Amino acid sequence: MGYPHPPHPRETVLLSQYFGDPEARSLAGWRQRGGYRALEQALAMEPTAVTTIVKDSGLRGRGGAGFPTGTKWSFMKPGDGKAHYLCCNADESEPGTFKDREIMRWTPHALVEGCAIAAYAIGAETVYIYIRGEFTEPLQRMTEAVREAYAAGLLGPGAMGGKARIDVRIHKGAGAYICGEETALMNSIEGRRGNPRIKPPFPATAGLFGMPTTINNVETLAAVPHIITQGAAWYKAMCLSSPKSPGTKLFSVCGNVRRPGNYEVVLGFPFEEFLYDLCGGPPAGRKFKAIIPGGASVPIQTMDEVRATKMDYEGFVAGGSMLGSGGVICIDDAQCMVKQIGRLARFFAHESCAQCTQCREGTSWTTKIVERIEAGQGTPDDLDTLLEIADNMTGKTICVLSDSCAVPVVSGIQKFRDEFDAHIQGHRCPFRVAAAAA
Amino acid sequence: MSVPPPGSLTQLERAAAFDPALPDAYEPLFVGERRVALDEVLTRYPTRMAALLPALWMVQEARGWVSEAAMAEVAEVLHVTPAYVKGVVTFYTMYHQRPVGRHFVQVCTTSPCNVCGAEDVVRAFLTHTGSGEIGATSPDGRFTVIEVECLGACGFATPIMIDEDVIEGVTAAQVPEIIARYP
Amino acid sequence: MITLTIEGRQVSVPEGTSILEAGKAAGILIPHYCYHPGLPVAGVCRMCLVEVEKSPKLAPACATAAADGQVVHVHSESALEARQGVLELLLINHPLDCPVCDQSGECELQDYTYAEGRRSTRYREPKRVNPVEDFGGDVVYVPNRCILCTRCVRFMETVAEDPVLNVSDRGDHALIGKFENQDLTHPWAGNVVELCPVGALLSKDFLNKARSWDMDRAASVCPGCSQGCNIVIETRDNVVARLRPRPNADVNQYFMCDEGRLNYRWLNRRDRVAEPLVRRGDALIPVDWEIAIDAAARTLTGRRVTAIVSPGLSNEVLYLLRRVLERCGAESEGVFAVRQGPEAPLPGVPDLAVRADRAPNVQGAELMGFRRTDAPLDAVRSGDVLLLADADLSAAGAAVVSGALARAADIIVIGTTVPAWAAGAGAALPLANMAEDEGTFTNLRGRVQRYRQAKSPPALARPGWSVLADLLVALGDPIVVWTPAEAFSALAQAHPAFAGMTYEGLGATGTVVADAREPRAVTAGIGA
Ligand SMILES: Cc1cc2nc3c(=O)[nH]c(=O)nc-3n(C[C@H](O)[C@H](O)[C@H](O)COP(=O)(O)O)c2cc1C
Ligand code: SF4
Ligand code: SF4
Ligand code: FES
Ligand code: FES
Repeated sequence: MGYPHPPHPRETVLLSQYFGDPEARSLAGWRQRGGYRALEQALAMEPTAVTTIVKDSGLRGRGGAGFPTGTKWSFMKPGDGKAHYLCCNADESEPGTFKDREIMRWTPHALVEGCAIAAYAIGAETVYIYIRGEFTEPLQRMTEAVREAYAAGLLGPGAMGGKARIDVRIHKGAGAYICGEETALMNSIEGRRGNPRIKPPFPATAGLFGMPTTINNVETLAAVPHIITQGAAWYKAMCLSSPKSPGTKLFSVCGNVRRPGNYEVVLGFPFEEFLYDLCGGPPAGRKFKAIIPGGASVPIQTMDEVRATKMDYEGFVAGGSMLGSGGVICIDDAQCMVKQIGRLARFFAHESCAQCTQCREGTSWTTKIVERIEAGQGTPDDLDTLLEIADNMTGKTICVLSDSCAVPVVSGIQKFRDEFDAHIQGHRCPFRVAAAAA
Repeated sequence: MSVPPPGSLTQLERAAAFDPALPDAYEPLFVGERRVALDEVLTRYPTRMAALLPALWMVQEARGWVSEAAMAEVAEVLHVTPAYVKGVVTFYTMYHQRPVGRHFVQVCTTSPCNVCGAEDVVRAFLTHTGSGEIGATSPDGRFTVIEVECLGACGFATPIMIDEDVIEGVTAAQVPEIIARYP
Repeated sequence: MITLTIEGRQVSVPEGTSILEAGKAAGILIPHYCYHPGLPVAGVCRMCLVEVEKSPKLAPACATAAADGQVVHVHSESALEARQGVLELLLINHPLDCPVCDQSGECELQDYTYAEGRRSTRYREPKRVNPVEDFGGDVVYVPNRCILCTRCVRFMETVAEDPVLNVSDRGDHALIGKFENQDLTHPWAGNVVELCPVGALLSKDFLNKARSWDMDRAASVCPGCSQGCNIVIETRDNVVARLRPRPNADVNQYFMCDEGRLNYRWLNRRDRVAEPLVRRGDALIPVDWEIAIDAAARTLTGRRVTAIVSPGLSNEVLYLLRRVLERCGAESEGVFAVRQGPEAPLPGVPDLAVRADRAPNVQGAELMGFRRTDAPLDAVRSGDVLLLADADLSAAGAAVVSGALARAADIIVIGTTVPAWAAGAGAALPLANMAEDEGTFTNLRGRVQRYRQAKSPPALARPGWSVLADLLVALGDPIVVWTPAEAFSALAQAHPAFAGMTYEGLGATGTVVADAREPRAVTAGIGA
């Protein structure tokens, strides 16, 4: 994958081929590397033909939900006299995930090209790329790439010499995880609080500024040019396990692991080999205690649970978790799970937009209880209370942030109950005691 | 609150921020070049309200924070109410609602970084900058240090942000040297 | 129309109706907080979750369209558990200070918790506390009781179109905020107090005045202006304690203006004329009703009368007054003046405004043949009997008053007070005020609306319709009126605009007169 270390031979570098290659950043450099041929090819086709190729490729959304991209595009009905929008979700804030950041840092034109193709396919005149405010370098790289693309006539009226007008705008976020939720993102672009909206109406009917809108993740859109140039069949054939999950995927690996970073593998790759061969396994002298395979919102797993997992949408679900955003968080045996579960809950409490009762109050209450247990002040009934609050917080709110907070708590208590019990019975954190002794 | 830090603020703003009797000291921001820049931003969106986040960013770039007086000006320029602007400002954590130190340090302590020792990095910053407490500004007005949720750089634990710079793989030991780079 | 089943009851509703509204149509209350029929749907409190058969998740009834054949359960185990969950979470940071809270007894948090909530809390952490804040206008905000339903914010934003409230901050720090020096001063802002389902927004005027269960309530019509907003008058120990809006889709939806809401103290005036009076030498002395009526009748018989009437009197009273004038001498006439005030619309509701005419029955007075004038005292001709029917002439200058007094040969007062300048009256007949009586007003769109009695009149004061019926009999009119309904029916029989109306038939929301005028625009964007 290139940065910060050279690609592992077992990786399949498609999106990450030029990570670490500063020359790929400029328009000229990108063109030398085959850039914008896909856009040219797409513009020569009927928009619906572009959508059909993407549909046939089997590409699924890389933002977390895994919705088939071509199908999503086909919900758009251009020519209805309305404005149409494409939003590119570059809010990347799911703890454990840092792949979109690298795409934008190293290959900004890949994203511009993907956006332009998608916009053409769905009939969107304007694309907003919503980049989280903390991404200062990606913001700068993307701004420069867009500027170059306008200057070269790739964007704007008569984009690339074609008939279509495609405008790409960069919108800088200002610190809110929830703006990664698609309708919250739209509110944020509109200059509102980043509150998720109740659905229906769905974005394809009434999205940004009340107009038909499609939203895609950075990685999803960056994959599109490859599909256009190399064909749906080629993409669909890249598959190691479930035929419903073709293509390559960037996995962000972090936490207690020897070689953290982004790894691009064909979906269906064996997870254990991934963790040990590619990522180097746990730090010296340690063991993996817990793996959160798809960003902070998916169930925590033990190493035993993930051993046989195939890395695709179906594989992670079969293993009892989810692929999510592809952020693999490794936690070794020196860590206190109670503390980390409390920390995750605190994250969600901090990020709750505050609309829904269960989420606003439940995330904070959960955090307080887990942190109290960690501090040695827990009681045995706290765990039942936590599970009941989690149940209250699941499946009842406008968006799934509430559910996401319940997920680590429920899976954590299920799988690391002994650690909770040790805190409650011992009235202190055994890991803190061990650390103090060391 | 501690003494207003130097830098980033105009003399008048500092006075206005700490002496509510001086609200008239506010100098409008959206005049001249900045107004032209905002007008350009407005062309990118079909509504005026959509320019709110960019406008607030312009305020923060110019003044280092977003005062109530600035919120009122933004409201006027974008044809919304000050209360509306305040509701938005308070939603997003990156807008400073009070003056901060000359350098604003954000250390990620979310789980992926937390398990890699991020809390030690926070402690090192609090100690070596002299700010002592999360969110407080060091007595010399140089640093304000906060914990931040996931910066989207988890593979490079511990990432920190100082002002606009992201520094990856920071350890507690490197903190004094990093601080020295930000006079 | 689509048909669905809610709690086993079939109900047909128009397409697009929410499950929550369909429930109402079926007579089933689906507990809710953030939903309010007068506001855009927010779907945030998650209290209205119901079980819809064949649907994997509970559905928010306020934000889910009813569908044909749907089977909805409100009281199933999963829906009940969800509500209990919401209630528990809404209470974890709540101060549980019902004993000192004005909302107690009419609080939806209290009601639902009592009905369905847990008996005790499991919350053992410190509670979030925030100071009480003065929101300006008549409103204080008690954030610790706020459930963040955002009704207040939505009202100010989309109905008042004056977004001075916001949701500030996020996570469990979130609360309702405003900007310094930008207060809830919109003329309709006080409605947020009504809309708030809990005790988080309170009226300063009503603060600590009465417990809701100690009050009596009567459906009424606001006497503040010619809009005729439907209201409830709430009294405690025969004293009006507050006015609140009562829904009427055709007049005021769910709202009333602040001026109307706070303009009730005159209903509690203590300086009333409480006994019938007649002149004996220099003084007005209390007498029996018969004697006073007789004295008034003798003064009026055969004389040219100028009646100055109040446009705050009921249709029935004005009608009977008109009949009185017909029994008097030739060229008798009746006039009235209307106090004026600035108009202030509620932008989100069509044709709703505080009207410039600050009286409830201007239309009625006109329909009964009274002449509107800015200078009613100038109508008094030399040698007239001045019949003063509760008109407020306090705005008239001293010279105008003394001129009229000099021209009037006699004065008869029928009203709630005897103004100082009318102390020379030959007789005064004390009336109940509008809160002490019942009757009808005709609003500016010709809607005839009933108001009910909310308190009892002082001492011997009597309802106007009854006093005037007696006076008519004394003047030789064969009229028989024993009840307000009979007074109304006498009017309906006599007046073509009221033809066919019955007192009962007016119901809770009124009927429009036969020749009602078209709405006229009051302000740009309103009306029509
Ligand atoms: C709380 C929450 C946070 C999310 N954050 C992100 C994010 O940071 N980036 C992203 O691409 N998708 C995020 N999503 C998913 C988006 O809502 C949406 O499904 C996605 O952007 C669609 O693009 P895709 O179809 O290309 O995956 C988030 C969803 C939720 C509920
Ligand atoms: S679940 Fe949480 S984050 Fe999502 S809309 Fe509700 S309150 Fe906001
Ligand atoms: S103050 Fe009342 S109406 Fe406003 S959000 Fe809070 S509970 Fe709802
Ligand atoms: S958790 Fe620290 S950057 Fe993501
Ligand atoms: S009433 Fe439906 S969510 Fe609040």
